[in-house]
Amino acid sequence: MIPNNDIKKTVCTFLNRHIKNHEFQGDEAIFTSALFNSLFAMQLVLFLEKEYRIKVENEDLDLSNFNTLNAISAFVEQKASCDCHEH
Amino acid sequence: MTSEKKIKCVVWDLDNTLWNGLLSENDPVSLCEGVVEVIKTLDNRGILQSVASKNDHGTAMEKIHEFGLSDFFLYPQINWNPKSSSIKAIAESINIGMDSLAFIDDQPYERDEVNFSFPDVLCIDAADMAGLLDMPEMNPRFITQDSKIRRQMYLNDIKRNNIEEMFEGAKEDFLASLGMVFRISQAKEEDLRRAEELTVRTHQLNTTGYTYSYDELDRFRTSEDHILLTATLDDKYGTYGKIGLALIERNHNLWTIKLLLMSCRVLSRGVGAIMINHIRNKAKKSNVRLCAEMIATDRNRMMYMTYKFSGFKEVKKRKDVIVFENDLTLIPDFPTYVHVDSDSNW
Repeated sequence: MIPNNDIKKTVCTFLNRHIKNHEFQGDEAIFTSALFNSLFAMQLVLFLEKEYRIKVENEDLDLSNFNTLNAISAFVEQKASCDCHEH
Repeated sequence: MTSEKKIKCVVWDLDNTLWNGLLSENDPVSLCEGVVEVIKTLDNRGILQSVASKNDHGTAMEKIHEFGLSDFFLYPQINWNPKSSSIKAIAESINIGMDSLAFIDDQPYERDEVNFSFPDVLCIDAADMAGLLDMPEMNPRFITQDSKIRRQMYLNDIKRNNIEEMFEGAKEDFLASLGMVFRISQAKEEDLRRAEELTVRTHQLNTTGYTYSYDELDRFRTSEDHILLTATLDDKYGTYGKIGLALIERNHNLWTIKLLLMSCRVLSRGVGAIMINHIRNKAKKSNVRLCAEMIATDRNRMMYMTYKFSGFKEVKKRKDVIVFENDLTLIPDFPTYVHVDSDSNW
C-alpha cells in the first residue's frame, strides 16, 4: 500500500515541472482549467504507469480519475492494489 | 486513394553515391553527375533528405557544406556504426515510419545490412540514381504549399528543440516564449490538397484515420451539412504550416466530429485540445448536441485521451467505431501561452 500523501506529493512534483508557480490543492481541477493540453495528459498517464507500475486502460481514462490530486491518488491506490492480487 | 507507398525521406550514402571518391582516403571528391538536381527536385516535392555515411563526422560535414548542400540534410548520421542504426536514428528524429524511408548506397553490403534489420526500407543502388525521380514512390500525388517548405519547417523544429533542451524552467514558460498563434478557419479550395495529404500522412494524432480524397473534401467544404476546418500554427521561428483538420457533420441539432487530426510535428506544442474546445464552444453557442467518432488504434491513444479528458463520454460502440458525446459543460479557456484566432463566423 502506497501512502496516499506520498502519491500526491510525487504527482505534485511532476505537475510543477510543467506548470509554474502553482501549488495544486487536493480537490482543485487540473484538466478542466486552461492549463490542460493533450500532450501533458499523455505524459501524466505515462508517468503514473511508470512510477507506480500500473496499466491505465482505455476505460480508466476518465476525467474523474485524473482531474484532481485526490482523484489521481485514489485511482493509483485502487489500481496498484488490484495489480497486486494478480501477481 | 492509392495505397501505393510514398517515400517521405531519402537517406544518402556519401562516398561513391553523393560524390565520387573516398573522403577518408583523401581523394579529391567531386559531386556525382546529376545529384544536385535530384536533391533539389526531391526537396521541392516535399521529400525530406538525410545522410547515413561511414566517415569522420567533422570532415564529411565540412565537405557537404563546401558543396552548399548542408541545409538539405536533416539529422545527418556520419559515424562508424552500422547503417541500420543510422537509419533508425533518422526515422526516430524525424518521427516517421520505416516504410516511408528510402536509402541510396553504392554498396550492396550496406543495402543488405539495412534491409536485414528493416525490410520496409526501400533500398536503391546508387547506379540507378538516374531513374530515381521517376519512381512512383518518389512522386507524391500533390505538391502543396506545405510540402515545398517542409524541410524549412523541420529545420525550424531542430532550432526550437535545441532551445527547448537548453531552456531552464517550466515547460509552460518555454511554450509562452514561442509566441504561438493558432488559427482556425473554414477550409478554402486551395487548402484541400494539404487537407487530403494530412488525412493520408497522419496516424498518431488522428481520431478515426478516415482518409478522404480531394473531391470528397471539396464536397464537404461546399456542403451545408458539413463543416471542414483547418488549423495553422505559427511562432517566432516561422510557420508550422497547416497542421490540423476537423470535419464536422451537421444533422439538425446534432453535430458529429467525424475526423480530427493534428500533424505530429506539433505534438509537443500543447495545442491538441484547442480545436476540440473551439468546437465545443461553437456547439454550445449554436445550441446543438456534440458527438465525436473515434476508432482507437495502438497508435492514436493520445487522441482518445484528448477526447476523454475534454469531457467526452462513450455513448455507443458499433464495431470499431466509438461514439462519444460531450455535455458541453466545463469548457476551459484556451491556454495562455497561445493566441487563438478564428474566422468571424467560425
